[in-house]
Amino acid sequence: MSRRGFRKAKNAAFLTLSLAATLTGLACLAAILWTLISHGLAGLSTSLFTEMTPPPGSEGGLLNAIYGSAVMTLLGILIGSPIGVLAGTYLSEYGRKSRLSTVIRFINDVLLSAPSIIIGLFIYEIVVVTLGHFSAIAGALALAILAIPVTLRTTEDMLNLVPIGMKDASAALGAYSWRTIVSVLYPAARSGIVTGLLLAIARISGETAPLLFTALNNQFWSTQLNAPMANLPVVIFQFALSPYKNWQNLAWAGALIITASILILSVSARVVLALMQAERGDRR
Amino acid sequence: MAIIEPRHAAKQLMYERIFRAATLTAAILVLIILGGVAVSLIRGAWPALRHFGFSFITTEVWNPVTDEYGALAPIYGTVVTSVIAMALAVPTGFGIALFLTELCPPMLKRPIGVAVELLAAVPSIIFGIWGLFVLAPLLQRHVQPWLIHTFHHIPVLGQLFKGPPFGIGILTAGVVLAIMVLPFIAATMRDVFDTVPAMLKESGYGLGATTWEVIWNVVVPHSRVGIVGGIMLGLGRALGETMAVTFVIGNAHRISTSLLAPGTTISSSIANEFTEAVGDLYTSSLIALGLLLFLITFTVIAAAQAMLRRLEGQVAS
Repeated sequence: MSRRGFRKAKNAAFLTLSLAATLTGLACLAAILWTLISHGLAGLSTSLFTEMTPPPGSEGGLLNAIYGSAVMTLLGILIGSPIGVLAGTYLSEYGRKSRLSTVIRFINDVLLSAPSIIIGLFIYEIVVVTLGHFSAIAGALALAILAIPVTLRTTEDMLNLVPIGMKDASAALGAYSWRTIVSVLYPAARSGIVTGLLLAIARISGETAPLLFTALNNQFWSTQLNAPMANLPVVIFQFALSPYKNWQNLAWAGALIITASILILSVSARVVLALMQAERGDRR
Repeated sequence: MAIIEPRHAAKQLMYERIFRAATLTAAILVLIILGGVAVSLIRGAWPALRHFGFSFITTEVWNPVTDEYGALAPIYGTVVTSVIAMALAVPTGFGIALFLTELCPPMLKRPIGVAVELLAAVPSIIFGIWGLFVLAPLLQRHVQPWLIHTFHHIPVLGQLFKGPPFGIGILTAGVVLAIMVLPFIAATMRDVFDTVPAMLKESGYGLGATTWEVIWNVVVPHSRVGIVGGIMLGLGRALGETMAVTFVIGNAHRISTSLLAPGTTISSSIANEFTEAVGDLYTSSLIALGLLLFLITFTVIAAAQAMLRRLEGQVAS
């Protein structure tokens, strides 16, 4: 084979491999979604949303788990996102170039990919051991810590995107920084910050490891924040590994519910962001 | 504009101070959280570390009955599953990034990019349940018998693929981990490849290089630091991943040379045993495992971030 022919063949071979890699990745996503839909739809029924998690061998639903997940995710976001947004504001507006900000940015990026089970252990040590029992509030705190890095990162990025002219205009009117931030920058970066919140919700609503030994689980209906609370991920974990067929079916249905909500959240986060970019493009 | 009244101005100044202090407090809280994690883990792990000393990380025994704990088997499992995951995910992620930046028709670029990112959004427990009910039986029936049959005469490889095909085990955990970290590696590499100036690539093409030659001789050397950073970010994820592994690893505290045998990892040991651990030394040993995981992943992720930052600095200058 000529030198040129060899180079062309090598090129074709590697590009084919690259295409194969992409197809493999897409196939994995398709396979997971297909399994979830085919197994999950079979278990999907109205009793999922009206009945409690059953004892082995009898019928039931996931109502208490869905409720618990919603409550703890909501609480986690309510506690975590203000901290993330404020900290992001500091990094973007007050201490942009300071050494402290560089360190915080770095630590935040580390926390963003830190194993969530470590956060579970941390909350176990400081909340569960102190209170002496597992509780929904401990679970919510663990989720809050996981929500902070996501909201911090997006808030800082989005505030940095606001045109400097808007800030200058506000300062020229005599506004203090806080006024500029609250009345000019936050509204201008609103959709970006909302994207961060949606991504944070998507991130924490599927987390299992940090809930295992903070919120634990609860077979019954409980609205008490000071007691163990059922939640979808831990129920899926326990039911999927059980030998009972009806528990496994519930696990699949729960898995479908959780994945569908997370994918919808992630897609809408992207849509919000795209809309914002389109809007900004129009203004120019 | 009216002249600002002094009282009004003083009030504004007060609000300014309060708001600034609030943002600063929130920012410092991030540091406090990391510090708190480290301190609480060390405190929780102290009884076990004092009792076992350095031998904690060199002994394999894990026996709740005699209250003896060593971390070697979980460390081994964590490292081996992560190595398998990286061996599979790095070339595949590289291929996907390459496809997205150099080959993909512009129309498909966004949809495929979004699909890869959606794979990253799927929670780890879903990978776990899928791995247990779909992937493990598939490997058990089709892949593992083939591996055993093909390699059983070859000296070293034969040891790696020995024993009955359990389905669940180290190898399966590695494969599930590979699928999990794939989107992170692919997305980071894609972003890194995108930072290569078009001028450099065009120069390569101008000299008559093929697409692959431009990638291998221009894109890869130029983005080397970022590629390594992306790989290490994926490695950090793989080392600390809990739920996906817990489903398929088999939770056996022993080290076996065969990749088909069940094993355990640091995170899956904690997930499986923590709520059932009775006795202070047992709990403390599990927290000591958590401390080890924290140290390992922190080092890997911090190194990865440092590398990606260096690349950002290069691009900015």
